[in-house]
Amino acid sequence: MSSVTELEFQAQAAESAPEQAIEGRSQWQLTWRRLRHDKVAVGSGVVILVMVALAIAAPAFAALTGHGPTQQFNSGTALNGIPVGPGRAFWLGADEQGRDLFVRILYGARVSLFVGIVTTAIGAAIGVAAGLTAGYFGGWVDTVLARFVDAVLAFPYIVLALALAVVLGPSLPVVMGIITFFSWAGIARIVRGQTLSIKEKEYIEAARSVGASSWRIMFVDIMPNLLGPVLVLATLYIPTAIVFEATLSFLGLGVQPPTPSWGNLLSGAESYYNVAWWYLVFPALALFITTLAFNLLGDGIRDAMDPRTERIFAAGRGRRRRDREAASAGAAPKDAYGLTGQAGGI
Amino acid sequence: MTGARGKSPGTAASGMLSSPDGRDGDVLVRVENLVKHFPVRGGGLISRTVGQVQAVDGVSLTLRRGTTLGLVGETGCGKSTLARCIAGLIPVTAGRVIFDGREITNLSRRAMQPVRREIQMIFQDPFGSLNPRRRVGSIIGDPFAVHKTATGAERKRAVQELMERVGLNPEHYNRFPAEFSGGQRQRIGIARALALRPKLIIADEPVSALDVSIQAQILNLLADLQDDYGLSYLFIAHDLEVVRHVSNQVLVMYLGKVAETGPRDPVYDSPRHPYTTALLSAAPAADPETAARRQRIILTGDVPSPIDPPAGCRFHPRCPKAQDLCGRQEPVLEAKPGDQDTHLTACHFPVDAGEDLTRPRARETA
Amino acid sequence: MTIVRFLVRRVITGIVVLWLVATAAFFLFFARPTNTVARELAGKAATAQTIQLIKKNLGLTQPILVQYWHFLDKLVHGNLGYSYLDGESVNTIIAQDIPRTASVVVGGVVLWLVVGLGVGILSATRARSFFDRFSTFGVLGGLSLPTFVLGELLLFAVFLPLNKHGITFIQDGYASPSQGIGTWVGHMILPWVTLATVQAAVYTRLSRGSLLDTLGEDFIRTARAKGLPERRVIFRHGVRAALTPVVSQLGIDVGTLLGGVVVTEVVFGIGGIGQDSVTAVVQDNLPVIIGFVLLAAAFVVAANIVVDLAYALLDPRVRIT
Repeated sequence: MSSVTELEFQAQAAESAPEQAIEGRSQWQLTWRRLRHDKVAVGSGVVILVMVALAIAAPAFAALTGHGPTQQFNSGTALNGIPVGPGRAFWLGADEQGRDLFVRILYGARVSLFVGIVTTAIGAAIGVAAGLTAGYFGGWVDTVLARFVDAVLAFPYIVLALALAVVLGPSLPVVMGIITFFSWAGIARIVRGQTLSIKEKEYIEAARSVGASSWRIMFVDIMPNLLGPVLVLATLYIPTAIVFEATLSFLGLGVQPPTPSWGNLLSGAESYYNVAWWYLVFPALALFITTLAFNLLGDGIRDAMDPRTERIFAAGRGRRRRDREAASAGAAPKDAYGLTGQAGGI
Repeated sequence: MTGARGKSPGTAASGMLSSPDGRDGDVLVRVENLVKHFPVRGGGLISRTVGQVQAVDGVSLTLRRGTTLGLVGETGCGKSTLARCIAGLIPVTAGRVIFDGREITNLSRRAMQPVRREIQMIFQDPFGSLNPRRRVGSIIGDPFAVHKTATGAERKRAVQELMERVGLNPEHYNRFPAEFSGGQRQRIGIARALALRPKLIIADEPVSALDVSIQAQILNLLADLQDDYGLSYLFIAHDLEVVRHVSNQVLVMYLGKVAETGPRDPVYDSPRHPYTTALLSAAPAADPETAARRQRIILTGDVPSPIDPPAGCRFHPRCPKAQDLCGRQEPVLEAKPGDQDTHLTACHFPVDAGEDLTRPRARETA
Repeated sequence: MTIVRFLVRRVITGIVVLWLVATAAFFLFFARPTNTVARELAGKAATAQTIQLIKKNLGLTQPILVQYWHFLDKLVHGNLGYSYLDGESVNTIIAQDIPRTASVVVGGVVLWLVVGLGVGILSATRARSFFDRFSTFGVLGGLSLPTFVLGELLLFAVFLPLNKHGITFIQDGYASPSQGIGTWVGHMILPWVTLATVQAAVYTRLSRGSLLDTLGEDFIRTARAKGLPERRVIFRHGVRAALTPVVSQLGIDVGTLLGGVVVTEVVFGIGGIGQDSVTAVVQDNLPVIIGFVLLAAAFVVAANIVVDLAYALLDPRVRIT
């Protein structure tokens, strides 16, 4: 045994002697630590959790107030048909059919959160699989997929929603299908781009020289490098999905009354807002707060993963320091994963 | 140098037998007239092949068991491409690669699997050759997982043994590559290459990216491993002193062709090819007196493009000894008079001992 | 490749796309049980007689490919069908209502681009100033607010109080420019703001980011070093280079724009073709839907050609490929 190697080994052993079973800190652990200290992101996370809790507890609140989500009460409307405002009986007021607005908003939260999370999860799964396969194998598979994704992304969603509503009848499953159809494309595009660049790295070549199969390389070597951007993207897609569902329900193409959805609540509010401000304000507030919270959280996660990215909205001190860093790094709000303009625009 | 003899366990399983005759008994790798061309795509709407990058153009070599073949040349001479062809990572355009008596040229991925256990690679970039998102234990254990030779606790134990053997602390099993220095990362790469006890390790500039002091440690480690495990190395580098330190045989490449090859000492002490001579003259010498006495041969011109190499001898536009013949006819790789028959040179006018090449003849450049 | 050849190529591609969309639409709608189709063509309140009439007139009992052929034939002649429910041809309905939609679109798009690019460029040039922070705040709010919610809130917070206090400038519903520019603006200002806001937020962020990136490049430094006035540096050199990602995003956003137009029309009761098509869904009025689908496809294709043209004009490299 070479004396040099022996010495080096002894030195290393000595320096790490007190530590047993040393664990490296993974990217996730580091991200989590940064995230925990980000007040805005934590606040948003709390808001989301509260929303989820309220949504889950909706039946409990229905029982508590004695008002079901679709139950109509004579006490809900005054004699001239104008709904009753917020008060002891109806916590956030009632709608034109005497239904409890608060309970309906909670049940609407169930719909929104369910749609947002489920469609994004499915869309992400499909998108990752498609993007990874296309990016790794290249060739005609890649070309076909890239064109298809471009077509899907450019497609006017409203046209598809209208057409399917006529043919299949408006309903929640149809809406969820439409949303999933559009969300997988955005994710596939990002994943494909990332895969294309990762594919060229030396450690991929090393894996091939060891004899790893294509599938193994894709799932063991490439995918861990993808999960970060995908998580950020997914978090930012959830509010898009929520707004999507709300918009379609508002137009009458989604969840049908009397089942409450924030969208169709706001549709009803259109005719009564001049006499029942609560009918408009509270569902709008619920929708806005939920969407904003997801956007801020997504922004926060992206920043926690890659602190060089400039934030859209950062809290106080942290921002000034980050800005100085960013300014010296070229003053560019570099979007590490090309996520500009994803969360808005419906 | 002792060499590990005998057939690997995978031989019978793959259905191919080692060559029965004794001719190849000592030779581990034999490359015959390897050619690798890359198509150049051009054109607008429809991409056509407008040319070929002639990366490797008819290279032959032999590598004996338990020895180290040093592969030298400038950037772009094709040495990395040659290595990857031998390793089966890229398909070969023409020629043959014979490993341990078996032809492995352009085998399918499935047929190549058992061979992969016997040929491994170490890469140049200690930062790029390890997946930053995987733990070191997982990276080193990859070969075991891929070839299904060890699982669970057994695999962990094997990985930790490897780590210890290459000079890493086995308790760092769960760390990430980012937590190691450059030299340590190369050790990780070496451990990974060593996992399945290969016969051949192809080292593609394994120390070029390291500090000089670390280079020595890694080179010593590689030498130890060769002794202990009977490894053969194909060692690629552009630093001649490193190559001299580690090699038994040397092969000098220029623009896809072999300029000169042979045992180390004859090539270094009495180079016959003008290119080899120029390279050696440019290598820094530690001893100032030697440096002062040495003739520095300055080669004129840039390295030509491998898409459109010069006619005849590819080196002739820059060669201080070139004559008209050199531009018309390619020289044959052969032993020149006065050399051992293993010392081959491809040159019409090889350099004689003591010849002064510092003042090139005036010539029109091509 | 000249601009003309470029255009010709795009137009041909566009026609192919339109044909594909028409085919997909046809099979989606017509390849179903004849009675369903007939009923939807007739509309919700149709009598059995009307349905029989339709079946015969439109040849719904013929083989599907024959129907397809007739469908394409009519399309090529510009006939988008007949709405039995409304008693008018779809062409007529579209002709009547498209000016309304156009009012919304034109004003909305202009506002969106002006505000989006304007605020984005100003923010980039005054990076990290109060203005920048304020607009960043606005951007985040805009991104989180769905179009229809904004519309309703505007009605609630602007239209209602103003009218209650006797200021009747702002109205909901539609008024054509022929009734006076003032009236027109008064009716359209809220829809324009609604349509524009969310998109403006996206484009503010996009243009700000793109311009900041561009301003960091060396060629800008050279321009400044040459002594050019700052305004010229920014506008002549910086903005032109920064606009390319914005323009390419525009191509993608045509689809979003369509959705926004439909929603805005519904919220404000404009009565344009967007609102017509939504109403048609409720009424099971298939001909109007088909007309809208085809019209929308044509619009998207045309808009993309315009965007590609603008992109080619902005970026000389594109023309060469």
